[in-house]
Amino acid sequence: MEHAKLYERLAERLSNLEKFPRIKEEKSIAALMEEHGISRRDFMKWAAGVTAMLSLPSTFTPLMAQAAELTDRLPVIWLHMAECTGCSESLLRTDAPTIDSLIFDHISLEYHETLMVACGWQAEHNLESAIEKYKGKYILMVEGGIPAGSSEFFLTVGPHGQTGQKSAQKAADSAAAIFAIGSCSSFGGIQAAHPNPTNAQPLSKVTNKPVINVPGCPPSEKNIVGNVLHYILFGTLPALDAYNRPKWAYGLRIHDLCERRGHFDAGEFVQEFGDAGAKKGFCLYKVGCKGPYTFNNCSRERFNQHTSWPVQAGHGCIGCSEPGFWDNMGPFEEPLGDRLYHTVYGEGADKTADKVGVALLTATAVGIAAHAAIAAVKGSGKTEE
Amino acid sequence: MSKRIVVDPITRIEGHLRVEVIVDDNNVVTEAYSSSTLWRGIETILKGRDPRDAGFMVQRICGVCTYSHYKAGIMAVEDALGIEPPLNAKLTRTLMNNALFLHDHVVHFYHLHGLDWVDVVSALKADPHKAAAESFKYTDAPIACGADDLVATQKRVAEFVKKGHLGPFANAYWGHPTYKLTPEQNLIAVSHYLKALELQRTVAQMMAIFGAKQPHPQSLTVGGVTCVMDLQTPSRLGEYLTKFKEIADFVNRAYYPDVVMAGLAYAKEPSVTGGLGVPNLFTQKEFQINAKEFLFESGVMMGEDVVNLITGKPFKVQPLDESKITEEATRAWYKDNAAYHPYEGRQEPNYTGFKDAQTINDKGVLAPTKVIDENGKYTWIKAPRYDGKPLQVGPLANIVVNYALGNKRVKVVVDKFLKDTGLPITAVASTLGRTACRMIEAKVIADNGLEAFNALIQNLKVDDATCTSYKIDKNKEYKGRYIGHVPRGVLSHWVKIKNGVIENYQAVVPSTWNASPKDAKGVRGSYEESLIGLKITDLSQPLEIVRIIHSYDPCLACAVHVMDTKGNEMSSYKVNVNGASC
Repeated sequence: MEHAKLYERLAERLSNLEKFPRIKEEKSIAALMEEHGISRRDFMKWAAGVTAMLSLPSTFTPLMAQAAELTDRLPVIWLHMAECTGCSESLLRTDAPTIDSLIFDHISLEYHETLMVACGWQAEHNLESAIEKYKGKYILMVEGGIPAGSSEFFLTVGPHGQTGQKSAQKAADSAAAIFAIGSCSSFGGIQAAHPNPTNAQPLSKVTNKPVINVPGCPPSEKNIVGNVLHYILFGTLPALDAYNRPKWAYGLRIHDLCERRGHFDAGEFVQEFGDAGAKKGFCLYKVGCKGPYTFNNCSRERFNQHTSWPVQAGHGCIGCSEPGFWDNMGPFEEPLGDRLYHTVYGEGADKTADKVGVALLTATAVGIAAHAAIAAVKGSGKTEE
Repeated sequence: MSKRIVVDPITRIEGHLRVEVIVDDNNVVTEAYSSSTLWRGIETILKGRDPRDAGFMVQRICGVCTYSHYKAGIMAVEDALGIEPPLNAKLTRTLMNNALFLHDHVVHFYHLHGLDWVDVVSALKADPHKAAAESFKYTDAPIACGADDLVATQKRVAEFVKKGHLGPFANAYWGHPTYKLTPEQNLIAVSHYLKALELQRTVAQMMAIFGAKQPHPQSLTVGGVTCVMDLQTPSRLGEYLTKFKEIADFVNRAYYPDVVMAGLAYAKEPSVTGGLGVPNLFTQKEFQINAKEFLFESGVMMGEDVVNLITGKPFKVQPLDESKITEEATRAWYKDNAAYHPYEGRQEPNYTGFKDAQTINDKGVLAPTKVIDENGKYTWIKAPRYDGKPLQVGPLANIVVNYALGNKRVKVVVDKFLKDTGLPITAVASTLGRTACRMIEAKVIADNGLEAFNALIQNLKVDDATCTSYKIDKNKEYKGRYIGHVPRGVLSHWVKIKNGVIENYQAVVPSTWNASPKDAKGVRGSYEESLIGLKITDLSQPLEIVRIIHSYDPCLACAVHVMDTKGNEMSSYKVNVNGASC
């Protein structure tokens, strides 16, 4: 879509949104920020940063700012299924600058078991009344895989012992938009790894409504918050890839923008953790980095306010935003085709490509093979906006 | 006539927890049941995998104590393979552990447990100027307690409340008679709630400097650590130092004084001055600070020794005998009730579910509810026992045992706390004591954690090793374990390796000990034991229950064990060498 047209469409959407009554009668986010000593100038700087992160041209910055100011109109319900709370923790890290957390304060968090004060009957009541009161208007975010079928009862919540699956389905039915936060909710995650003893399923398998997947184990704070903003801007589902991941975040391979890419191209590899190459920051492909097969923006956005990311800390990527990565990407410290043993999971789709690469031991061959293999996978079933 | 109350979900914890109690005509708890309502099966999934992957997979047991299981998984495999990581790696792991504990304890106190002690709505009635003066009673140099900060905080809360739209603060037990802080004290705590929300990001960054990210760091590997470039960059070390000092400062100028303040205010509130729970305490050494020393030491103290310690009589601290640890499932949803050592642990499912009953709801009237079977199985958590007896683990156990051992770094903080609050040492054996010990543990780390940092700098001058090389012999069988102290208590991981892959894996975690159900002899776990005798003011607002349970900092995803829902024993999963799926 042409930029001018897109801009027009977004502007129209925002002006429509503005006409909605606010959930809360309180001040706009801009006024709140002013109270907290954040100037308009700082705010616009932040908006420009987010605009760039979403891969939109800088002329869209004013729209992004407008979108952020509108977020107080969105109630959010966050459900916990079979999970580790890592995604909630990641959400809490949102900062850079503190405006992100203000936005979090300002979207009305109606239900979130880790943060809410109410317990028991009172908590159940909060969930029911939020679904009723904001029917068709709230954003649903779900963390965790969902035990389904005959294992459905392996997760129950509340005094009525409602199963996780029922509770997710009910909340999904009346939601305006649904985000599966993290690899568990997106693809089943760790509990769905072979032999999937609880029959854990991704959210998209238990509801008929469209689900936007925001995978990662956990996804970075940027990707969680960025998607909320993306939703507000577009109003409809964002452009997604074959796995329903927003393209702005998951459109590029980790490998493409990796800080160690030069060493890959030059054929300089860490052979063993702690060796001389490791001290020089050589490429981690041969100690198992799955960056060439993984689509995410870690190499660009990093984690914890750009503090670091696995490759910077000298460990390869484990492919945590790819479907089935626990089964497909392991062992995590070996190149895919170089497994020590054959497992029940088979030898992996990239076996041939990797064997070629490892045998030739030339960077270009590895590169071409890996890229070709992944491009072939990526190309099938791809949906373009 | 006795009545039943169900609290489900217990929020502000990790995982899914239900607590049920039976109360008599005077609303005094006569029986209690702690039930985990989620099961995930991660240990089953580990079978047949590369042992080097264990750490990454078990890390996903929990995203709150995110580093604990990662480190445990890596170290259990190192123990099995007989690998000794270089000193640089050990000390780097301690630096990351500093970040974990300081993050976890601060977030627990302010954002999870704090609202059981602090009435946010009451803070509206405070005079911010008086509150600013009040804050100096507990420390010489308060943080975020100037009148300017407090006025702004109060205004922010007022906006929430005025709109009748409290978001995460909605429908809580505000105004409950067991909230004991004055409006001014509540306002101080609310200001720190917001400050801590900001600061927890900084502490997470502290972990990420060497750990790549938080939650779920990714720089440990069997044999050492991978963050060699960060260790060799002085500015990275400086970044860590600055952030450490910032959080240590907060612990000393906000967390410590706030717990002193709460200790004084709640010293006479009966619902928190009891509830020690299981009196047998267990802790394990952790935080290597140089080539030889650890910040905390190991020990087991049985109930009578704990009583003797706090009453000034002779006591003994026993070394752990690992062979005495067992887990049984008489009251848990597994078929095999017998007690097994973790290396031999087994789980075959037997989910018996809930039954229909009438319990007291949030309106104070009887309502149809699903309840556990009080005569049968009722949880996914097994009952771990030591020499057949339940144990309590966690900061209370760690601080009391280390105090008993004469650990100087611990003793100085405990003595200061008792002096500042005027409380007797017997006060430690309570719900309030459990909450205070968590703070004391954080302060011991804040006061001493940089010893590991300094030792690392010294060692880096002469030694640049970060990983130990090793080979896994596919023809050999290996067996190993990690036992250590993590934010919620003693964690142990047990691994068996055969044919180069994991043959069996078991985790016995802190919340398994504390949230344990009754055993075959009907002996309760610590959560349950803490609730017995508790008087509940208002059955429709069981704040007292929530406060006691939160004092343990429950982590339920950690606590639940494995099984196969299809009714097979774990051992029936075999690695198929031909690559076919089973």
